[in-house]
Amino acid sequence: MTSGTQTMNQDTILNVEHLSMRFGGLMAINDLSFQVKRGDITALIGPNGAGKTTVFNCITGFYKPTMGMITMSQRGGDKFLLERLSDFDITKQAKVARTFQNIRLFGGLTVLENLLVAQHNKLMKASGYTVMGLLGLGSYKREAEAAIETARQWLERADLIDRADDPAGDLSYGAQRRLEIARAMCTGPELLCLDEPAAGLNPKESLALNVLLNGIRDETGTSILLIEHDMSVVMEISDHVVVLEYGQKICDGTPDHVKNDPKVIAAYLGVEDDEVEEIIHEELDGSAQ
Amino acid sequence: MANSPVTTSEDSSGLMAKAIKEGLFAGLLALGMFLLYVGIETYQNIDNKLVWRTRWGLLAIFVIASAVGRFLVVGFIRPHIDQRKLANAKAGIPEVSDHKSFFQTHFLKIALVALVLYPPMAVMLNGVQGSLKFVDNFGIQILIYVMLAWGLNVVVGLAGLLDLGYVAFYAVGAYSYALLSDQFGLSFWILLPLAGILAAFWGIILGFPVLRLRGDYLAIVTLAFGEIIRLVLMNWTEVTGGTAGISGIAKASVFGIYSFDVGASNNFAKAFGLPMSSAYYKIFLFYVILGLCMLTAYVTMKLRRMPIGRAWEALREDEIACRSLGIDTVKTKLTAFAIGAMFGGFAGSFFAARQGFVSPESFVFLESAVILAVVVLGGMGSLIGIAVAAIVMVGGTELLREMEFLKHVFGDDFTPELYRMLIFGLAMVVVMLFKPRGFVGSREPTAFLKERKAVSGSFTKEGHG
Repeated sequence: MTSGTQTMNQDTILNVEHLSMRFGGLMAINDLSFQVKRGDITALIGPNGAGKTTVFNCITGFYKPTMGMITMSQRGGDKFLLERLSDFDITKQAKVARTFQNIRLFGGLTVLENLLVAQHNKLMKASGYTVMGLLGLGSYKREAEAAIETARQWLERADLIDRADDPAGDLSYGAQRRLEIARAMCTGPELLCLDEPAAGLNPKESLALNVLLNGIRDETGTSILLIEHDMSVVMEISDHVVVLEYGQKICDGTPDHVKNDPKVIAAYLGVEDDEVEEIIHEELDGSAQ
Repeated sequence: MANSPVTTSEDSSGLMAKAIKEGLFAGLLALGMFLLYVGIETYQNIDNKLVWRTRWGLLAIFVIASAVGRFLVVGFIRPHIDQRKLANAKAGIPEVSDHKSFFQTHFLKIALVALVLYPPMAVMLNGVQGSLKFVDNFGIQILIYVMLAWGLNVVVGLAGLLDLGYVAFYAVGAYSYALLSDQFGLSFWILLPLAGILAAFWGIILGFPVLRLRGDYLAIVTLAFGEIIRLVLMNWTEVTGGTAGISGIAKASVFGIYSFDVGASNNFAKAFGLPMSSAYYKIFLFYVILGLCMLTAYVTMKLRRMPIGRAWEALREDEIACRSLGIDTVKTKLTAFAIGAMFGGFAGSFFAARQGFVSPESFVFLESAVILAVVVLGGMGSLIGIAVAAIVMVGGTELLREMEFLKHVFGDDFTPELYRMLIFGLAMVVVMLFKPRGFVGSREPTAFLKERKAVSGSFTKEGHG
């Protein structure tokens, strides 16, 4: 364990400490600790069933972790303990947005409406919790136009501007992925959690996704945490990689470091039995030190 | 359907044979279906014994009608439609056209003008007393259902929460008006908003325990809630009068200026020197309920363009996605229940003022089912579709009462209104076969960048509770 055990500093946006999640007899995540640096793209990788999506669900409040602490530090210095917040408050207050492995768009609403729903809380306040807006008072009209403008910018960035008035369910798969990311960004997050954003994309669409994610990081300063199987995406864009296997962290570091780690290679490719033993010995030696 | 039989000379004989075959089959099917329902009638004789007699003539009419109908459809109507479609396709005329006629673009204005002119027209054509039937039985009755269905539409059509106990809020509104006007002598115009608020309050009360429920479970609990309210009204005799209900409920007045009470000094008819008639009150009520309907429509349309309305629709599409976007689904659901219940409460207090009498019998489950059926038939979420469905379903069943001529066809003891539910059910099946998403299946987007395109019903979801 090299770079993972850095001390927590100002640059850490999300700090996961001793996270455990138990489903009945199954320990889906076992004492997991890692950090996400502000302004980084951090990838969470691992074989199927390693517990990646469970980690996501714990961070975004869809599961309540059995043990552990998840601290979100905002730019302004506000800190939130995510394991204590309900799922919608994590987006609303802590400013952590997410997408889903199986895309969850509002298929019967238009692309534009999807992005407007994402700005619900802002608009709700502007409309005086509906009352003022209903009476035509206050700043609702101006805010509604601003919301459409925000949506328009994200549609341009996600290359969906021509489909703005079509139902979201009518988009192609790749476009739906991009729309879901754009929708998450419309909530104004500081940390964006993407669950397999490149799944089911063709190479060209993957490339466009890389450009979109790099753009999000560089232009809005949003930190990104993503789960991904597509190594071309992971190695290309991530600054930091955390590898999970059987609910435990087996490696943590830069893409190059992770790529060459024997444990990661073993986890992904499988190895001969004697090599496994070798690794186990190494691990025992490592932990004894 | 380009591959279906096109009537060339060698095809037509085959087509006729097919039509005859299908017609006979349909007749046989109808015979099997209606043999017991229509062919045999049971009734009580003078000794209170159940006896039966046959109605072969009536059965024959049913069977022949279905056989001939099927024959005509297969032999003539369908080939004709296919041919026209083929001709259109050849000529390059698209089946779905963007062009809207004058009537379509100005539909709402035309409909509103027609509704405002409806009572004077009825009076002109049938006299003051004669207009009663048209204004009250058709006009007010249909508009009450339009309003109830529009109210339920907020809960079922927009938020996608299946509510089978909506009639409970209607009852709360009706009893609020009946009791408060009875006990405290408050006027209709004070109690109308109060009844709405009380119903909304009960909507929230119902909302809280069912928040975690979805789909079938939600439907069952709301159904139970509807029954609880009715049973309380039935058994809390000291307050509600039990099954006897509350009678002699005060009439609504023209904002306190004119009264419709016969003895009052400011009686409407007296003040204008008109002959005494109950029709004026009904005409007045017609405009009241029309105004309430307009209010419901206006608020609903306005809310749809507000963040709360969009959140309702988003909730119908995907609740988990809503939560991931920071939307408090608990509050969103509660507001949907409250707003829907409020309109039910308005309609209820209006109902009490119109009838002058309320009893638990008016608030049975069947009413909830009819209101829900109107919402579903109209197309969930569409105000126009729901209004059309209410006119067809409620107006249609009212129309049955008028069909005296059927007695000459089916015999003197034939009472068409008894077939109300049968026809209601049949109409539902037919509509759902041809328009599975209701009369208006598409939804209007609430915002647009370049052009407003209707969203096809195949993309929207019905909600999952």
